[in-house]
Amino acid sequence: MDEPGGYAGPASKSAVVSDDSRAFDVVVVGAGPAGSASALEVARAGYTVALVERGPYPGAKNVYGGVVYGRILDELVPGWWERMPVQRWVTRRATMIMTPTQALTVDMRAQDWGRPPYNGATAYRADLDAWLADQAVAAGAVLIPATVATGLLRGPDGSVAGVRTDRPDGDLTASVVIACDGVNSFLAKEAGMYPAENVAEHTTLGVKETIALPREVIDERFGLSGRDGADIEMIGCTRGIPGGGFLYTNLESVSLGVVVGLTGLAAAKVRPEELIADLKEHPAIAPLVRGGTLQEYSAHLIPEGGYRSMPELVGDGMLVAGDAAAMCLAAGIWLEGVNFALGAGMYAGRAAAAALRSGDTSKSGLAAYRTMLEDSFVLADHRKLRKVPDLVLSQRVQADYPGLLCDLVQGLFTVENPAPKPGLRRLLRLGTRAHGVRRRDLVRDALVGLRSFG
Amino acid sequence: MTGVDPRYRGIAFEDRMATVDFRVSPRPHITVDSEVCRSCTTKACVHACPANLFVPTAEGGILFNYEQCFECGTCYQVCDAEGAITWTYPDGGQGVVFRKG
Repeated sequence: MDEPGGYAGPASKSAVVSDDSRAFDVVVVGAGPAGSASALEVARAGYTVALVERGPYPGAKNVYGGVVYGRILDELVPGWWERMPVQRWVTRRATMIMTPTQALTVDMRAQDWGRPPYNGATAYRADLDAWLADQAVAAGAVLIPATVATGLLRGPDGSVAGVRTDRPDGDLTASVVIACDGVNSFLAKEAGMYPAENVAEHTTLGVKETIALPREVIDERFGLSGRDGADIEMIGCTRGIPGGGFLYTNLESVSLGVVVGLTGLAAAKVRPEELIADLKEHPAIAPLVRGGTLQEYSAHLIPEGGYRSMPELVGDGMLVAGDAAAMCLAAGIWLEGVNFALGAGMYAGRAAAAALRSGDTSKSGLAAYRTMLEDSFVLADHRKLRKVPDLVLSQRVQADYPGLLCDLVQGLFTVENPAPKPGLRRLLRLGTRAHGVRRRDLVRDALVGLRSFG
Repeated sequence: MTGVDPRYRGIAFEDRMATVDFRVSPRPHITVDSEVCRSCTTKACVHACPANLFVPTAEGGILFNYEQCFECGTCYQVCDAEGAITWTYPDGGQGVVFRKG
């Protein structure tokens, strides 16, 4: 490439192709979970598909907290749990509400989750994404790694007709492009499908440390055995910057990290790794990670705005899935993304195949994608929980309520003899006053919570 | 706060970054126009970049090193100044390579 516009980025330019014979039926950009699921379904339907990945191998550019929910794989890769590269099966799921000196934890154990058909699993993305891409390749998809899709190709009618890549002679023509190119999705932006404004406000930065510890030490500290694993989500641990923390067990390491809103992070002038250092010193976390060796530090953006921040999902000759479509569910008690990417990718692949069958790959020919998403968990969950991201990232949920709840429970269990027990109502009155929480906000937030989660 | 193992808070940033694999491209995939940065009062990139690649200079500009970049996009998202950061992906196969992720 000899001009700056030849590199994938906000300034990329598209090119027009006139040739009618397309090299592939479908080009999928990005061999993450959404891309591999798309390519798998297209290949299964008997169409030719290229799976373009900019990393040297699938997963090389990807980071997540560390837990994948596999239920949608029942449909996509039957018997997946016997073959997927899993670290541990999550049998312990805890949510920890914190202040710098307090922690209140709801800690659920379910041994059922450690047996088929399983629920959540920890896995390394380098392993997981490679395995998913292998499924697509085994079905006939052509994996093209170490290749950047630098822009869209357009047909004479303006519809998307493939992608330009940074390989020599690198144009890949296709009837449908499925953009699974991640949170920065330059392809969706170039196609004009992304709402450009306020992206930073609903984007978070996740930073993570993978910390090596011996398997038996992890088993003992987290109360685990065999392949059982723990998943601890935290709120109130980010110095008031909207976000949260997480701690997941792998077989011989733990993943410890924080996720913080970009605008809050920028305003606070705190370096992200300092927030991980805070967690490592917290009395509830320090004993769990003590003595470990840092194996890998990593960072990635997360599209956390949910339903209201999603781009257009269907264009002429183009579909958008996964992080590129803001399909991460960051709803406080639920933090999911890979499963949404898998589901969306699967439906995108099916919609592309159906459009190819009918000979209409225009926006209306591909519209079944949106319908399939609406009829499934992918958009149903996001629509139902559309008000939750704002609530979870509010000052009240981030700073006021954790302190209020911790003080309330601490007050409940502090014995103040000879003074008599204070009673919950008095504790609540004292707590709301001390944390500047207005009853009216508390009631309103409770209603949003009830309507969303109920 | 409880007693702290000093190696945690104290981990040198270069030791932290030494745990990450990079296949450094000869082409800088991100360029920063330090002239534009001079007029920026927030310089949000300096704190927000998880790889700590943005260093303020004595003259009020920004010194930037692309080699150990996570390619996350934080810098261009938090940047207030139009045209200060030109952001692209590194060429295929190059840049950060996560072994765990």
